[in-house]
Amino acid sequence: MIKFLLGHYAYWFILALLVIGLYGLIIKRNLVKKVIGLSIFQVAIILFFIASSTKWGATVPVLTDHQEVIQSAAYINPLPHTLMLTAIVVGVATSGVAFALIILIYRRYRTLNENELLERLKEDEPE
Amino acid sequence: MNPSSLVPFPPLIYLFAGIFIPLVTLRWRRLAGWLALTATTAAAFFSVINLLQVLKQGIIPYRFGGWIPPIGIEYILDPLSGFVITVINLIALGVIVHAHQSVKAEIKESRWPPYYALVMLFLTGANGIIMTGDFFNLYVFLEIGSLSLYGLIAVGEKKSPVAAFRYLVMGTVGGGFYLLGVGFLYLVTGSLNMGDVRNILPHLQVTAPLVVALTLMLIGLGIKMAVFPLHGWLPDAYTYAPSPTSAIMAPIGTKIGAYAIARIFFFIFGIRLITQIVPIAQVLAWLSAVGIIYGSVLAMAQNEIKRMLAYSSVAQVGYIGLGLGLANSFGFIGALLHIMNHGLMKACLFLVAGNFRLKLGHSRIDRLDDSLRRSMPWSAAAFTLAALAMIGVPPTVGFFSKWYLALGTIASRNWLFLAIILLSSLLNAVYFFRVIERMYFPWRGSSQKRTLSSPAPKNESQEVSLGLLLPTLIFALALIVVGFLNVWLVKTILTKALPAGF
Repeated sequence: MIKFLLGHYAYWFILALLVIGLYGLIIKRNLVKKVIGLSIFQVAIILFFIASSTKWGATVPVLTDHQEVIQSAAYINPLPHTLMLTAIVVGVATSGVAFALIILIYRRYRTLNENELLERLKEDEPE
Repeated sequence: MNPSSLVPFPPLIYLFAGIFIPLVTLRWRRLAGWLALTATTAAAFFSVINLLQVLKQGIIPYRFGGWIPPIGIEYILDPLSGFVITVINLIALGVIVHAHQSVKAEIKESRWPPYYALVMLFLTGANGIIMTGDFFNLYVFLEIGSLSLYGLIAVGEKKSPVAAFRYLVMGTVGGGFYLLGVGFLYLVTGSLNMGDVRNILPHLQVTAPLVVALTLMLIGLGIKMAVFPLHGWLPDAYTYAPSPTSAIMAPIGTKIGAYAIARIFFFIFGIRLITQIVPIAQVLAWLSAVGIIYGSVLAMAQNEIKRMLAYSSVAQVGYIGLGLGLANSFGFIGALLHIMNHGLMKACLFLVAGNFRLKLGHSRIDRLDDSLRRSMPWSAAAFTLAALAMIGVPPTVGFFSKWYLALGTIASRNWLFLAIILLSSLLNAVYFFRVIERMYFPWRGSSQKRTLSSPAPKNESQEVSLGLLLPTLIFALALIVVGFLNVWLVKTILTKALPAGF
């Protein structure tokens, strides 16, 4: 059991990050903190992919001229890394759009607190 | 020309239009709408050609850069993707024609180029999701489409940024769950190519990571599709978005999620895995069934046409989910038909809601009265026809998809689902007739006063201009024409689009 827990410590760490991200997203009332939670959530997924590609004692997947036979156990799997480059870009774009929306919300309602925002939304209801 | 080289055209056209519109319009701002219209026409044209081609010669794969599948990214054109992409691009064409004038009315001129560019990027995402044969590529297109949609929503009325932010939070979590599911699937199978995964899966034992992958993907795509407990973003987003945005995202946005679920769960994972080993299909069917009732009941309580249509969308997406979840051929055909039919009906209804907003300045049900039937006869008629189609009155399209769904429930002997489909038609009738009654019959209180005090309501037509009216009427006409064509559609296209195992 302890071996299982220790052997997968990277995944426990990722799970903790996922939960922290979702916690920030759901519980925190401040919109900026929600975006922070969103980023933590995305980083956890990125780390999950990276962790899944790691091997003990393996090296960077760069082919040199004098190596003929490719032993896959000797190299880290490069595919998840390249995928995550794209995922990072998506994450950056999402944060950008989120902050742009937050600026718009602040200009219109003068608040970033979700509770106050809901109150002000209600005041705007016609009739 | 080699037919397979036409396969990636629709998404590529949109992508290039999305890049060129901001560049060209630096100098000629008014060109934005025309460029978008040209791109959409071209994409619709190529999707029709692709569909005819695929019906003639079967599945056509396209390999980007000539890389062999498990390594390179592959686009798959089969009857399913050909059908859905054609439907979506034709609907988009109608909506863009309508948007040409409604954008002018609702959005500041300085924002036209970015607006149209985002519409093009949204359609890039939608087309890419349909064509792609790669799990990670699907995620990227999902996020391209969603990110542009957040922007398209946020240019609406005062509350729209809040609705867009809420959608952004939920949509990103949905995308994240899907990506995590892809990660687990990659751990299990070692491949991201859909065809490759389909070949590997039967040789694997069903382990915990695979079940986790399935569940995470269902949650992620379910949020995009707005299946019942995950629909929270939808009503506000549809209501507060500007009319052209609602008109383009209501028929297309949720259908993309439904298509991705159909593709991944039925074609890649296979019927046996999702019905017998992991009960994904049953979960989807039950959630959708609850969603049908929930959406219909809440739609009855709304006092604003766009909001009513939004809750009705939650219910209608439920029909698609129910049809898929039944996991038999009738249900699947019903779901595919409903993807098309609901697209046409919702496009028509949202275009009419847009027309009302342009002419009356509002789309609140309690402020409509029977003067509408004189002042906007065609818009009112289109709304009525689409409402009848939503209820499922025979020659219209709505009847036929419900017919197949009902046959599906009978085939799987699930009488409760049959009762839900019948009951929901009744509920549809209730909430649509509230509007129709207001438009066509003198409403007590207000109309009596008016006949006494003022001689007659304005008789002169205030109908919207032809550019707005034409797409609305074409959609309304399509509701009947496609209804008559449904046998031909099912025979020539949809029976070929069924997954293996039915």
